[in-house]
Formats: sequence, C-alpha cells, structure tokens
Amino acid sequence: MNDQTPTSAQRAEALQGMGCKRKRVEDIRFVQGKGNYVDDLKLPGMLYGDFTRSPHGHARVKKIDTSKAAAVPGVVAVLTAETLKTVNLAWMPTLAGDVQMVLADGKVLFQNQEVAFVIAEDRYVAADAADLVEVEYEALQVNVDPLKAMAPNAPVIREDIKDKTDGAHGKRKHYNHVFNWQAGDKAAADAAFAKADVTIKELIVYPRCHPCPLETCQCVASFDKVKGELTLWGTFQAPHVIRTVGSLISKIPEHKIHVIAPDIGGGFGNKVGAYSGYICAIVASIVTGRPVKWVEDRIENLSTTAFARDFHMETEIAATKDGKVTALRCYTIADHGAFDACANATKWPAGLFSIITGSYDFPAAHVSVDGVYTNKAPGGVAYRCSFRVTEAAYCIERAMDIMAQKLGMDPAEFRIKNLIRREQFPYTSAMGWEYDSGDYHTAMTKAMETVDYKKLRQEQKTKQDAFKRGETREVMGIGVAFFTEIVGAGPSRNCDILGIAMFDSAEIRIHPTGTGICRLGTKSQGQGHETTYAQIIATELGLPADNIKVEDGNTDTAPYGLGTYGSRSTPVSGAATAMACRKIKAKAQMIAAYQLEVHDDDLEWDVDRFRVKGNPERFKTMTELAWAAYNRVPPGMEPGLEAVNYYDPPNFTFPFGAYICVVDVDVDTGVTKVRRFYALDDCGTRINPMIIEGQIHGGLTEAFGIAMGQEIRYDETGNVLTASFMDYFLPTAVETPKWETDWTTTPSPHHPIGAKGVGESPNVGGVPCFANAVNDAFKFLGSTHIPMPHDHWRTWMAADKLGLHA
Amino acid sequence: MPKTQVSMKVNGKPVEALVEPRRLLIHFLREDLSLTGAHIGCETTHCGTCTVDLDGKSVKSCTVFAVQAEGADIRTIEGMAAADGTLHALQEGFREMHGLQCGFCTPGMILRAYRLLQENKSPTEEEIRFGISGNLCRCTGYQNIVKAIQFAAAKLNGVPFQEAAE
Repeated sequence: MNDQTPTSAQRAEALQGMGCKRKRVEDIRFVQGKGNYVDDLKLPGMLYGDFTRSPHGHARVKKIDTSKAAAVPGVVAVLTAETLKTVNLAWMPTLAGDVQMVLADGKVLFQNQEVAFVIAEDRYVAADAADLVEVEYEALQVNVDPLKAMAPNAPVIREDIKDKTDGAHGKRKHYNHVFNWQAGDKAAADAAFAKADVTIKELIVYPRCHPCPLETCQCVASFDKVKGELTLWGTFQAPHVIRTVGSLISKIPEHKIHVIAPDIGGGFGNKVGAYSGYICAIVASIVTGRPVKWVEDRIENLSTTAFARDFHMETEIAATKDGKVTALRCYTIADHGAFDACANATKWPAGLFSIITGSYDFPAAHVSVDGVYTNKAPGGVAYRCSFRVTEAAYCIERAMDIMAQKLGMDPAEFRIKNLIRREQFPYTSAMGWEYDSGDYHTAMTKAMETVDYKKLRQEQKTKQDAFKRGETREVMGIGVAFFTEIVGAGPSRNCDILGIAMFDSAEIRIHPTGTGICRLGTKSQGQGHETTYAQIIATELGLPADNIKVEDGNTDTAPYGLGTYGSRSTPVSGAATAMACRKIKAKAQMIAAYQLEVHDDDLEWDVDRFRVKGNPERFKTMTELAWAAYNRVPPGMEPGLEAVNYYDPPNFTFPFGAYICVVDVDVDTGVTKVRRFYALDDCGTRINPMIIEGQIHGGLTEAFGIAMGQEIRYDETGNVLTASFMDYFLPTAVETPKWETDWTTTPSPHHPIGAKGVGESPNVGGVPCFANAVNDAFKFLGSTHIPMPHDHWRTWMAADKLGLHA
Repeated sequence: MPKTQVSMKVNGKPVEALVEPRRLLIHFLREDLSLTGAHIGCETTHCGTCTVDLDGKSVKSCTVFAVQAEGADIRTIEGMAAADGTLHALQEGFREMHGLQCGFCTPGMILRAYRLLQENKSPTEEEIRFGISGNLCRCTGYQNIVKAIQFAAAKLNGVPFQEAAE
C-alpha cells in the first residue's frame, strides 16, 4: 500500500524547490579550496604565454625585433602580427561587427595594447622574454576625449577604415565615427518640448569603469594535431559563442572545437568577449603542438580586456508645471575605444539604452547615440547589467531628480506622480518596449514607509538649518531611485549575436532511480546555478533538488546556449528548464495513467506524484515513474525520461525596484558616510531568497564602488592612470555599508515560472541612488548636478565650488 | 637560474624542494605542491585571494618568495578541514551564512578569518570588518562573510550563534 502520511506541504518542503533558502551545492568544494578554476589546470608539457604591450596610447610601430626574446633559454616561440598573418589571424572580428587587431599591426591604438606574444616553458621565463621584445615606435597624436573625437582635425584612430562611409550599423559621418543609433519619435518629442511649461537639460556622464572580477581572464588552449581538434578551457561567460566564433575565425570545424568553462571567479560582463589572449594561446598551441596557458595579470585586466560605460548623455526632460513629465530627449556620445568590441546583441549598437524612459509614463521620447573611436581600450561590456541599461537608469534617475528640483517638488513625490500605474501593464513605452508587469506604486510606498521617508526629510531640514547657522559642517542627503530593467535577452525577433538568436536551453535526463542531470546553455560565475536550477526542477518534477545534478560550461555536453550575462539565465534558461520539465512531466503522466489503468485526464498532479482524481490513495510518485520509464512504458511509447528545450522568450522581462539611501557628507573633507541603504527589489517569482539577497548585497557593493570611487582614467597622452588596485577603487569590508533588503513579488506573465532575473538590479538601481543621495545633500546650497564618482576628493571639490570653504 | 633548496611544513607535512630564488610562494604552493586552493587575484598584495597562514600570521603569498618561507609552518585552505573530512567551523559558517558566491576569494578569506579568530576570539562586527579589510570580495558585499565569521566564532567558543537583527 502506498504511504501517504507526509502531507503535500511536508513533501513539498522536503523537495527544497522554488522559494526555499536552499544552501548552495557549490559551496562544498569552494570552502575547501577544491574549486576548479582555469589557472588550476596543469597539463603535461604545458607552455605559458605572455604579452609584450604598448607603452604608448597611439603610435606607429616601426619595427619589432624578437631576436633577444627568442634567444632566452626556455622560450619556444614569439608571435607578432606578421606571424599571425600567415594564418590570417592578425585581426579578428568583434561581436559588434567591427574588426580588431589581435597583435599590433602597423600601429598601436591604446596603451597596453598587445604587440607580441611570447611562449615559454615557464611563466617567469615568458615574462622575462616579453620584456626583451624590442619595439620601435613613432608616437602619434592621442585623443582620449570622446567629445573631441569627431572634431575636423581629430587624429585618425582607425586608418584601416578611415575612408569607409558605411559601418556595421549604417552611415559613418566622420573617420572616428562608429555608428549613429536612434529610437523613439523625434517629432513627437520635439513637439512636446516646444510647448512644455518646464524643461531641464544636463550633460550626465557615466564614467568609464571596469567589471573587475577577482579572477582575471585566462585560458588554456590545447590543439591535438593528430585529430585536428582544439580543446579550449577558459573563463567564458558564453562558452558556446566562443566555440562558434573560434570556429569562424580559425576555420577549425566547430565539432572539432571543445570549449570548457570550468568554475569562474566572477564575471560581471568582463568574460563575455573574445580577447587577443585567447587567439594567441590557440595559435601558439597550433604552432607548438603543446598546450598553452595564458593568464592575465590585474594591470592587463583593468587596462585591456573590457571596460564598461563611458556614456556621455546630454539629457532633457519636459514637464508640465504641476509635475507631469511630457517628453524626454537624450543625445549620447559613446566612447567605444579603439575598436568597437562592445558585447551587445548584434543589432543593438547602444544595447537596450532605449529603456531610458525608466519607470515613468513619458508620452514622447527620443534618443540618439553616436559611437566614436578614441585611443582607449576596446570593450564596452555590460558590467553587471543588461546591455547599457545601467547607463539608462543612471541617466533617467539623475534627470528626474534635477527636474524635481527645478519644479520645487520632493523627488519621491515627483516620481510617484509619474510612475507607470499598475493598471497600465502590460505597458508600451514611448520607445516601443512592452513592459511585462509591474506594481510600482506599491513598491515605492513600501520603501518610503519602511525608511520613514517623511521623518528623514524633516531631519534633513533641521540639519540644513543648523548648517546655515554654522552649527555643523555636515550635510545630509537622501537618495531615491526607482529603476526598471530590461533583461533576459532575448526574443529572437530582437536579439542575436552574430546571427545566432539569443535563445537558451536546458537538457534534463531523469535516471531510472529518480535522480537526474540537467545541462544548460548558460554558465554560472558565482550565481549559484547548480543550486537554483535544481530547485526549479524539484518544484516542476517533484524530485528532491539534492537528486538533481546541474552542469554547465562544457560545449560537448551542454545544449547550445548564449551564456550568462544581462540577467538572462533565469529569464531564458530558467524558462527552458521549466519547459523541459513539463515535457518530462507530460510523458510521466502517460506512464502513470498506463500503470494505474486510467485515462491521462483522470490524473492530477500533487507535489511529487500523479494521483487519480477523487481517489488520492491511488498514485504513482515521480520516482516510481522514472523507474517505469525504463522498463514498462505504454505500448508504442519510446522508453527513457528526458527532454531538451530551446527557449525563445516571447519578450524581455522587466524587474524593478525602489531604493533609498541616506548619506552624511562632511563638506570640509568630502568624506561621505552611507548611514542607511534600503533596497526593495521585485524580480517576480523568487527561486532562492538566500541567493537573491546575496546577489543584492554584492550588486549594491559594486554600485557603491562605481558611484563612490571608480573610474578608469586616462591622461591626455593616453596613459591609463587607474590600472591597479592602488588606483582603482574596490570597496573593502570597512567602507562597504550595511544593506537592508526587501521585496515585492510581481510575476512575469509570460515566463513559465514568473521569474524575471535579479543579479544586476542592485547595480542598475544602486548607482543612481548613491549619486542622488550625494547630490541631494548639496541641493539646498544651489547645486544641480555633481558628476560621479563621488569620492572624497571630488566631493570636496564640489563643496569648494559651492563656496563652502570660503 | 640556479635553484635553492627549501624545506617547510605545509598543512602539517614536511616539504622539501628546489626552487628558483625568485619563485613566489603562491606559485610554489599552487604549481609545485598542487595546492590550488589559494588563488592569484592581483599579484600586488591588495586583493588577498592568495592569503595563507605562515608562522602564525596571515600572509599574502603572492609577495613572498618561497625561499623566504624556509623553515616555516604554513597552513592553506587544504589544511582546514579535519582529517576525517569534517569541515572547520569557518568552512561551515561560510556555507551556512552564504558567505561566498564565485568562491574565488573564499580560501584567502577563510585563512584570514582563521588567524583573526586566533587573535581575537570574539570580535565585534567592526573588528571583523577591519580584520578582513585586506581581503577583497566582489560578489557578497561582505555582509554574509561577517556573519559567517561570527557563526564560526560562536561555534569555536561553544556558544549559540545569534544573528544580529537587521
């Protein structure tokens, strides 16, 4: 007789499915130092590669002499552009439709650009020899200012395309122009501005920064000459894309390339792109017939592989005098560095920047973005955000504050007045996006009540009065941000990378004993996928999460997918996982009906089993059905219990949140203390609240770093000034504020489990919230916009400019 | 380059090897001894992912030569769990409190916390934050790392762990 004693609720709890704070599976190995990262890999006969890099920001390469380097004992080979030309690999295509030098070909275009690649028996020898490569340069005029890139006399950055009038994204209007991209309705926006009561205009700059995961980019390439096969281990957020791109570039057939992304020590967008180090390691392995390891050091990481932001956004808002927004216009110059190697969906050169109307009901809007070339590193990755979404969020949230100030309204009240209302969802923005779901006013109200917003404003008023009377040198700021993201790229009608639609996948096999394996097209870099995907399966299939192994990163075994970035894992592969489960469940239902000798429709699902309607004592558990799938299936049915799903999402998902931050700024030192930070996130259905909270903490800390101190800075001769941890700010435990997290739950109507993705929300919402808080502190003294980052020095300068040190 | 004989104790076991004088301790541990738990994140002593315990001090092994560890007693993450596989209280605490995500800083962070708790058996939150400020983490925002260390401190002190109200 079947045992029914545990109740449905008890059985559900035992599964550790969606909604529970399941402890992470990954941690068992990580806390014991048994993770398996790329640099841990040691293969017999492995060689090490290291780069000779350009000291110049812009220079002609007159001569490269590798003889001294090649003569160092232990050096096996030295690659230059000339050697790469023999295999047609001196240049490589970028994800953005441009081409990029793998090794300097005639010119260097940014400091630390790769010039030669030395391969040696030992990493010390490789580094020694890289220093001995002699390069003769002729310095050229440098431009690192994107606003000057299209000046008539600006230095020509890209001689290879100087005379091309068409780029990958249409007409080019200057030799340093990459593309122009527009969205929205310019005529409608202009008309609204023409009759607006109140307008604001501000150049809002989101400085260049860097994702900077603690593990740098690295790979091991091993080419088997006998089989003609390449195995490439690497820090890849998108291993399948690397395989396809690798095949297209190297002409090695795709089935003979095995890409393996093992454990990754953080990605944050840095590990989406294809870098010279990968290409050189591959070529080096082909040339030497031995495995070749390339590991970036931190300076190389900060100055060459990827950057983020560098968006210069001239932003205008129009509103009625009682505070209803009527239009938005934004003209942006985007600094793409020396090559357009942005990691965007191919048709979106400015990413999803047209989410710039944010959470507000703008009747009209228009955005125009010009990408330009400068003598800076290429990249343009989405650093913990969907493509260019954090730029958009920072821009609109600063602009809304500036407009509220001009209107004399409280920034929270001004937002409430303009937030999209619940009944407007699904909401089509002036830019054409269909926001799937939202309940913004509930979230905003909850945030304001939790922090007692009114009382904070009263306290601020009291402090401002005291400051004016000279009783204190501290000013208090309250930052409010309400953000909406657009994540889960993406629907194939909008999104592809080099022609491959941005679907994602899951393949699930249930073994006879009721355990199973799930393989995914995404790739965890710390997100905890081994834990959370199993929770989705546990709830969908009624099998304990502990009985499901989750695997990703091996392109030979995982189904094709586009990888993990842009908060796309849960929206896309999470959906694929649920859909694959449903295929399995449908088959299990037929097997159950056969075994119980009833019609399929006479069965109902109960947590972990199919039971006969009206007769709950007659049931088959999923574990029993797994066994049956391998020995007693209905006549004509094929045995086994597995499914694969490639999920092409019908739409993006639109997570949102309300953040409030309180800071105290000492105007004499510029020191800004974050007194309180409250983050309310709505990511739809919550799979693992512990992991969500952890991701919010981490994302807020990254946002804190960006807003309060990070900038990849260049001097006018092209020297990168912030290429080590001495100069590039990463928050330690001491500066990092304590985070308060909260949530509302508004499921996505089109996602199979209603989940929207969460990992990037805190970076998107956090940055403007900090910036608004610092700006809010100085507002009563007549300040309108203080640019990021708000480090002590710059804050002191802002105070000085306001005459506070007179 | 001529090599130098070094001998030291690593995780309780005597180790002898011939190394180049310029070989960094982190490379010696990771590549020569295959103890890959400690990581390399910056090679400039800032990030702390290479932290090991050396003669009773937390040391960033990316800026120590292996020859400087002559005669030293070193403990790495591989030496934290008991011989029977039972996790150290800190390892348990990091998992229980979700004190890690990508796991790259974790071995260094745990080794630093190990020494911190030797120096101060019941640190306050502020003392923990200061005590681990030489170790960077990009994923967690430190809040749960602090809790993980508090959890371990409580366990090692034999008192019940109480999460501070938030």
